[in-house]
Amino acid sequence: MTAVEPDTAQRLPITTDGDVVRVRQAVRALAQGARLSLVDQTKLVTAASELARNTLIYGGGGEAVLSELADGRRTGVRVEFRDDGPGIPDLDQAMTDGWTSGSGLGLGLSGARRLVEQFAIDTAPGAGTRVTIASWSR
Amino acid sequence: MDAVPILKLGSTLLVSIQIDLQDQTALQLQEDLAERITQTGARGVLIDISGLEIVDSFIGRMLSSIAGISRVLDATTVVVGMRPAVAITMVELGLSLDGVRTALDVEKGLRMLRPADTTSPEALLLGLDADRA
Repeated sequence: MTAVEPDTAQRLPITTDGDVVRVRQAVRALAQGARLSLVDQTKLVTAASELARNTLIYGGGGEAVLSELADGRRTGVRVEFRDDGPGIPDLDQAMTDGWTSGSGLGLGLSGARRLVEQFAIDTAPGAGTRVTIASWSR
Repeated sequence: MDAVPILKLGSTLLVSIQIDLQDQTALQLQEDLAERITQTGARGVLIDISGLEIVDSFIGRMLSSIAGISRVLDATTVVVGMRPAVAITMVELGLSLDGVRTALDVEKGLRMLRPADTTSPEALLLGLDADRA
């Protein structure tokens, strides 16, 4: 993904329920600033909420790194979720609607991917998980 | 952690969620509602979510659970006030709110829960006795 401005990156810890709420609020503020449409803001914040909860529950906690994006014409928001948890052994399975290793609905990863413009995941057993999402103004 | 207040109007319990819900607060609301339904014998639960900026899978599951719990306690749940952007996002996320009845606003929701007795507080609030006169 293009043209990140590292100076503006915000790092937020994800170790409690309250942190998930704070991540949502920070993503909302950036999405408004980047002039995403209301629907796109709502989708990005919802995706961030799912992924922050995954970081907390499955990753055992971690952090979110929020950045503003610009490619000259459009502005956007990128959020990276990082944890040093157990990683995801079978990514295809984890990306399937309805599949869950825990008590959730199994919509977190697969649903979040549908809600954003860009989605990337980097994980391996024992190596933690990094999920990056981004959405842009139209 | 703030609790979500539950108001009683006749045989209906009213909940208006005005805060960004933490998962624990959502679970607490579920328990509090079950408790209040059995305590009061309420027949209806009206949940206003017009203050919610998102409904993610956790909150969606909470709404479905509340509807299910109410049903087995002999009460009907209606969720009202969902914002359009929230509806679009929720469907795309894959949430269907199984078993949850919805209405556009509080007034329409109360009408869905309309008690037979036109002198009930809910009916008076809706002016149903005046409709009859």
